Amino acid sequence: MSETLLQVRDLATQFATRAGVAKAVDGVSFDVQAGEIVGLAGESGSGKSVTGYSILGLIDPPGRITGGSIKLDGQELVGLSHHRLRALRGRRIAMVFQDPMSTLNSVLKVSDQMQLALQAHGNPTTEEMQRRCVEALAKVGIPDPERRLDAYPHELSGGMRQRVAIAIAFLNHPGLVICDEPTTALDVSIQAQILVEMKTLVREAGVSLIWISHDLATVSVLASRLLVMYAGRLIEQGPTAEVLRRPRHPYTQGLIDSLPSRAAPGRDLVQIPGATPSLTALPSGCAFKARCTYATSACDERPAETFENGRIWRCHNPLNIGAVAEGLA
Amino acid sequence: MNGFISLADITRRFTSVPPFTERLAKRLTGSKASATVVHAVEDVSLSIAQGETLGLVGESGCGKSTLGRVAAGILKASMGAAEIAGEPVMSGGRKNTTRIQMVFQDPFASLNPRMRVGDIIAEGPLAHRLITKAEAKSDVARWLLAVGLDAAAAERFPHQFSGGQRQRVAIARALAMRPDALICDEPVASLDVSIQAQIINLFLKLRRELNLTMLFISHDLSVVRHVSDRVAIMYLGRIVEIGPTEEIFVTPRHPYTRALLDSAPRIAADGAPAQDILPIRGELPSPLDPPPGCAFHPRCAFAQDRCKRELPILRVLDDLREAACHFPLETGQHG
Repeated sequence: MSETLLQVRDLATQFATRAGVAKAVDGVSFDVQAGEIVGLAGESGSGKSVTGYSILGLIDPPGRITGGSIKLDGQELVGLSHHRLRALRGRRIAMVFQDPMSTLNSVLKVSDQMQLALQAHGNPTTEEMQRRCVEALAKVGIPDPERRLDAYPHELSGGMRQRVAIAIAFLNHPGLVICDEPTTALDVSIQAQILVEMKTLVREAGVSLIWISHDLATVSVLASRLLVMYAGRLIEQGPTAEVLRRPRHPYTQGLIDSLPSRAAPGRDLVQIPGATPSLTALPSGCAFKARCTYATSACDERPAETFENGRIWRCHNPLNIGAVAEGLA
Repeated sequence: MNGFISLADITRRFTSVPPFTERLAKRLTGSKASATVVHAVEDVSLSIAQGETLGLVGESGCGKSTLGRVAAGILKASMGAAEIAGEPVMSGGRKNTTRIQMVFQDPFASLNPRMRVGDIIAEGPLAHRLITKAEAKSDVARWLLAVGLDAAAAERFPHQFSGGQRQRVAIARALAMRPDALICDEPVASLDVSIQAQIINLFLKLRRELNLTMLFISHDLSVVRHVSDRVAIMYLGRIVEIGPTEEIFVTPRHPYTRALLDSAPRIAADGAPAQDILPIRGELPSPLDPPPGCAFHPRCAFAQDRCKRELPILRVLDDLREAACHFPLETGQHG
């Protein structure tokens, strides 16, 4: 059994809006083991990004973490001072965002931005910084890294910019890297390159990774464990292959079935009826019940977590229970 | 080619002339200020039969949207002609027909936020006298119902709708013009998976009921595979392969098509995770300065000397397939 690096328990993050309190993250619990890649999937508004931001302490008013606990290596992060969080970010937890053009500073050269990250957490010499920056860029597959250090972000392609952002995230050898849709804005061929590089990078650096994405196929390339969120709640988690082959939660099943690759060409896709409920007016009980074909009166009560063989789900009428005996052929 | 929609030898270049001060400075120093030319679409010909859906796939900058806009008659081709049923879609630099309509990617940008949905849908048909003012209300209701919205939606503004519902409004607006053909430019790219399935199903339903001819532009291979009868793959302004959908996906002949398919993560039918992707090496070259010969040769695993010198033209490989490659893959060969 590997050791638990990150432990999130009953995390609740809310935003006070004019329409009322939006429960963006509502009672989310999960663990990340050291060296593990966890995929966090969900549609827009499911709370997957807010979960990532909460771990980094990046929730600003009108949002706040209203409950629960986030422990990194046993250290509680919820309620930590601004100053302590700053020392932690970049050093022990780093983040890669979707759009590298808005994370990189457009008026600083790549080398300057990388050196700022190094100086924020130490006092390295100029030679050491140069060496570490070149190394970091080479590791993310940037050709001719010495020359690229002199470039401004606008001189780089989208894929190269995202590689720079990834290199900066890994620069201070963090234990945990959170990636929020880092390949969504990129072309298929560049996305594939980054996914493959990411796998190697994570293995070599021994870091843990939380990969947030709306795209189940992309998540499944990397993640050994898959977490699915819906309307601020974590509704299912387990080993990626098992969750995809035999989802327990009807929403997970619906999400997989609505992929165009699951239907015969030209035939209607399976569609989940309706739309995601508003986070300010969530129904009582299961948030998915109005769209769920399996809903019963039991669903008016909020489902508790069910644990079984490394899988966890929140559903009164779970699917594929009898199918376990078949094994994974 | 004599399709219902016919694009013949379309070339579209975008020229950017340097600013006046730069030209003046260059002239004073005696050097020549040259305009930069982007070759967005180079010598593309294709035809779409009535009722057929052609999928157009490619990465960003390959010219697929430019080609779509030329086909829709909202962008003038530098050379070549676009026709629908033998009639040019443009004449005198203006759109010439209402028979072809367009659905755009981002329904947050394509709908006027200050107009009510009913006015958005009725504006086109009223301007073209397809309906009278008296008929407008019932006509709007008809199209709203056709795209799965309530007739009461006509009174509301775009911001009161979700992304999926807005895309339905955009589709209703296109259909209200009674088009024979739709050009859809990434119409589901900005939507969530579950909403994407709803909109794809809507396209399938409308195509059946209205016998629409469609050019469906997307970077998403699984979406294109699902909706298209035939697929064209573009790379740096040119079509590199075109043929029946299943043949393209099962036995691609152009190394770029093969590489694109190998790069896309795809969950298998039995739910097996997508763990065997093979990325293409290198980056897309700049369309400002495309490589000589075959534009794909710097990234191609099968490139030979000839590919660096000689531009491969799109040629018929067997009955139904065309590819622009000097050394096309054998059926079943993997890249």
